Amino acid sequence: MPVLEVVGLRKSYKDRLVVDGVGFAVREGETYGLLGPNGAGKTTTISMVVGVLARDAGEVRIAGRPHDTAGRATKSLIGYVPQELAVYPDLTARENLRFFAGLYGIRGSEARRRIGEVLEIVGLADRAGEAAGKYSGGMSRRLNIGIGLLNRPRLLVLDEPTAGVDPQSRTSILDSVRRLAGDGTAVLYTTHYMEEAQRLCDRVGIIDHGRMLAEGRPDELGAPDLEAAFLQLTGRELRD
Amino acid sequence: MRALMLILRKDLRQRLRDGTLLIYAVALPLGMAFLLNLVMGGSAQRLDARYGVVGLPAFTERVLRPMEAAGRVRLRQVASAEEGRELTGRGELDAVFAGSPGPSSVANLPPAETTDPASPGATDPVSPGTTGPASIEVIGSVDAPVAVQVARELAESYAAAERGERLALAVAGAGPRAVPELRALPEPIRVRQDASLSVRQLDTGTYHAAGTAVFFLFFAVLICVSGIFAERASGMLARIMAAPVRGPVVMAAKLLGGALTALIGMVILVVASSLLLGARWGDPAGVAALVAAVVLAATGLMAAVATFARTAEQAANWQSVAATALGIAGGAFFPVGQLGGLAVLSQASPHHWFLEGLADLRGGGSVALPVAVLLGFAAVGIPVALARLGRVARA
Repeated sequence: MPVLEVVGLRKSYKDRLVVDGVGFAVREGETYGLLGPNGAGKTTTISMVVGVLARDAGEVRIAGRPHDTAGRATKSLIGYVPQELAVYPDLTARENLRFFAGLYGIRGSEARRRIGEVLEIVGLADRAGEAAGKYSGGMSRRLNIGIGLLNRPRLLVLDEPTAGVDPQSRTSILDSVRRLAGDGTAVLYTTHYMEEAQRLCDRVGIIDHGRMLAEGRPDELGAPDLEAAFLQLTGRELRD
Repeated sequence: MRALMLILRKDLRQRLRDGTLLIYAVALPLGMAFLLNLVMGGSAQRLDARYGVVGLPAFTERVLRPMEAAGRVRLRQVASAEEGRELTGRGELDAVFAGSPGPSSVANLPPAETTDPASPGATDPVSPGTTGPASIEVIGSVDAPVAVQVARELAESYAAAERGERLALAVAGAGPRAVPELRALPEPIRVRQDASLSVRQLDTGTYHAAGTAVFFLFFAVLICVSGIFAERASGMLARIMAAPVRGPVVMAAKLLGGALTALIGMVILVVASSLLLGARWGDPAGVAALVAAVVLAATGLMAAVATFARTAEQAANWQSVAATALGIAGGAFFPVGQLGGLAVLSQASPHHWFLEGLADLRGGGSVALPVAVLLGFAAVGIPVALARLGRVARA
């Protein structure tokens, strides 16, 4: 049974259809890349998947259970890493983690243990007492990801987690994602780096104008590489 | 409830660390109240003017010396009007009364004698044979408008009294020697103050402390409410909404954070202004009710205004305009009577009702009506804010 099932997802803002019947599934231990140019509908899709945005139509299931914006039980199975650096700069890394652990109902010694684990995973254990605002871009990105791991999610949703980080931090982030997938976590991953998606993702879905254009293993999309397939499907026209 | 407390604690910790609470809820209002009290309070409550006088012995003895004895003015003899101009120009004196001679009478009385100024019948020196009326010229410093205005009023009152006396003498056909007898007569009219008004009026220190406190209270709330938009822009709000926490709880926590920040600031201000500025807020229970009600009103109104904005900047701008307009209309800085016909607008300002409540307290009355009106503002603003904040979070 897939950890995430998305069927016929639709969303429009006023008269503009942003997501039009998107569907895909992510299995346990699988890394699924949701790819598309800017404005394709990726972030809207992800917002509906994590339960931040209400959908107009379609269905989202987490571990077989229906999921929506009010789904507290299913939300506790998801780890969400937004593309923005969603950390509080005035708080230390440990305080950031403690706050989000509390939101997921993780408290006391269990919270301390998981915060310690996460700090080790993202390589911030020795700087955990510093305000996050003093961190470099790469460290902030790692903390951003660490918050998403606190609840040991069955589905980890990463929205462009490597944007703007140096090769060392990128390698560290990709290694962490591989390890998590290896441990059975289903990963939904978006990125603009096709080479990264090719290396990391077991399967990818390419969407544009709110529609799923193609889906499959990166080497199955009928082009020399993923970038060529992506440009073939979405065109070369500038989007921004 | 746990999630609400968690978000609330985190928000308050942030506000403390980023200095918002200290700056907007304490330092700015206290500093401004101190300055306003210094600039306006001193002149209104304890006139301490530095006046010079050229000649005018009777005016000095009858008007200025008693004020000097009461500690309201400091007097200095000045040789000439020119010297007076120099002294006021250099800021050494606030105003100078310069007498110039003229005929003693406007009613064909014999010329007044130059007499001992300390004697009861003294009038100011005049020179027989000069033309035009005697005058008191008030030379003022541009830096002391209140002291200069008081000086003008003193001179006008004295001149009016002199005119009255001379008119009486003229009508009676008496000469200047009847002046002591005239002055011994009982006053025909005595100006009396409305006791209830003076009882209800806030003293200057309290007025400025309360006005600035309630004015900046709205800005403390503004910072917290704008924080919701900032968290949305940073992706933080989406991250919180993705956690297993109900959306309304998140928004309620955010509003409560704003209200608590404002409340803490107000409590600090009430205590600090009482200790440092001598503000007298009144009965603690009544003040507590007014403070709680105005905090809720501010939170509701500012949050409701913010929810119509699209960005954090727009929300902050709209809230600033609303806070400033309501503050001015509500008399946070000057009495609403000065707004003329627009004073009626003050009824729509929580600031007005808060200050009105404090005045009621001062007069020994009940704060029930002001508190009820303030809670009315909250009852309108908070539901609108909560309903619309959900949209803000999902946008």
